[in-house]
Amino acid sequence: MSAALLINGASVRLGGNDILRAVNAEIAPGEFIGMFGPNGAGKSTMLRAILGLTPLSAGRITIFGVPAGRANREIGYMPQSRVTLEGTALSARSMVTGVAAGDGWGVPWHRRTLKDEVDRVIELAGVGPFQHRPFSVLSGGERQRVGLAQALLGRPRLLLLDEPLASLDPRNQMLLIERVAEIKKTTETTILFTAHDVNPLLGVMDRVLYIAGGEAAIGSVDEVITGEALSHLYKTDIRVIRMEGNVFILAAEGGVIEAARHD
Amino acid sequence: MIDHLREFLSYDFVRSALMAGSLAAVLAAVVGYFVVLRKVEFAAHALAHIGFTGATGAALFALSPLEGMLIISVAAGATMGVMGNRLHRSEIAIGMVLSVCLGVGTLFLTLYQGFAGQASAILFGNIFGVSSRQIVQIGLLSVGSLAVLFVYSRKLIFSSIQPDLAEARGVSLTVLSLVFMVILAVSVTLASQVVGILLVFTLIIGPAGIAARLFRGFWSGTLASIGLALVAVWLGILLACATNWPPSFWITVLLFVPYVVVEMLCRFVFKVER
Repeated sequence: MSAALLINGASVRLGGNDILRAVNAEIAPGEFIGMFGPNGAGKSTMLRAILGLTPLSAGRITIFGVPAGRANREIGYMPQSRVTLEGTALSARSMVTGVAAGDGWGVPWHRRTLKDEVDRVIELAGVGPFQHRPFSVLSGGERQRVGLAQALLGRPRLLLLDEPLASLDPRNQMLLIERVAEIKKTTETTILFTAHDVNPLLGVMDRVLYIAGGEAAIGSVDEVITGEALSHLYKTDIRVIRMEGNVFILAAEGGVIEAARHD
Repeated sequence: MIDHLREFLSYDFVRSALMAGSLAAVLAAVVGYFVVLRKVEFAAHALAHIGFTGATGAALFALSPLEGMLIISVAAGATMGVMGNRLHRSEIAIGMVLSVCLGVGTLFLTLYQGFAGQASAILFGNIFGVSSRQIVQIGLLSVGSLAVLFVYSRKLIFSSIQPDLAEARGVSLTVLSLVFMVILAVSVTLASQVVGILLVFTLIIGPAGIAARLFRGFWSGTLASIGLALVAVWLGILLACATNWPPSFWITVLLFVPYVVVEMLCRFVFKVER
């Protein structure tokens, strides 16, 4: 059985800078991996490399045994940048249909198979209750679920979610995480979920992939989110404080690197 | 009423105007729908103005204004398409190109004095002066552009509503942007034959903007956009016959009024701010 995702000595150089340096990680099918790290640490670059959009300068990445390359059908992707479609009444469902029909040539005829697939992902992502409302008037949490539905089209076996919790309030963060955990359970999809904060994902993720300074560490929360492991990644003294089931990551010279944010 | 209509339709120039107007309206309505989805309204506007340079410069090279406009706006559209992968970031670039083009257009006008009368026709439209050769040209270009749009429509929709995902799925955003901007350049040129450069925004943005605000699907939105554009052009031309006021005036008013009504309804009745 090949790994869902095998990252072997993967390095990325962009404009003369090492963005990622010899990253190694092996992710088994059906795992829920939380990917963390500060802004600019290389999380998005990692995702783009897996998608085959950013070439590696060394090493290799395989997805279910196949080298990373463009248009990999096994991967579902929910990007971070999101379109708002201001001033249009296009419905949430149209947003999903447009993506579902987006690969072919010619105008999108509404075929039965297309409709069934759209129905399936709308149900899975929980878009049903608002599928006919204009996308532009949906709340942040509802829009994220539309993005999730789009990513689920074509039954991918690996789901890459780029900061889906960004700009959601704690309640909507929890709702979205529960939804993703549910999808993982029912469809046995492998999940790579990037986030800023470790805490919301503590209950659902199997392991952690932590990226800092272009290097990565993978393992359980207890293995990776420790002062020792993170100090090694950040190349500075890092302390990890556990309190009431939450994790706080602090630089020794002061300043919270990562904590449950209440914004 | 019916007698008046019959009388207007007996004139060749009215029938030509209706024919050319319908062709340009259908194309502008469909392209406009994608313009609204892709948020390249400003580029559409800029292309029309850049076309002015081509139209005034054409005389210097013994080309017709239509040919001159086509050449320069397709060149400009292709440049914008290749440069601005995601166009909304390059508004300053578009603005700069636009102003220098208008400047050169003014120079051409000065160099070629006899052109002033025609310049007004290019700027404000002269649909009653459309020749049969122009109708054939407009017809061929419309059919060609619509055919290309037909082939690319799914990818255009995909890359408009979810560009990053489209890229991950192997859709080339640069190629699509190039194809679309060239089609936009062609349709902007055609629309300007009907309503004139300054009013081209009306046919490209008006029907599509109203339709996109009201309809929740791609098909319903596109079809409504076509319907609105045709009705506005037909009514505009007939009202121009009846009143002797310029058709450009009527077409813009016929699209502006429903736009304002829809905007008001959305804002104050349905409370859909976005």
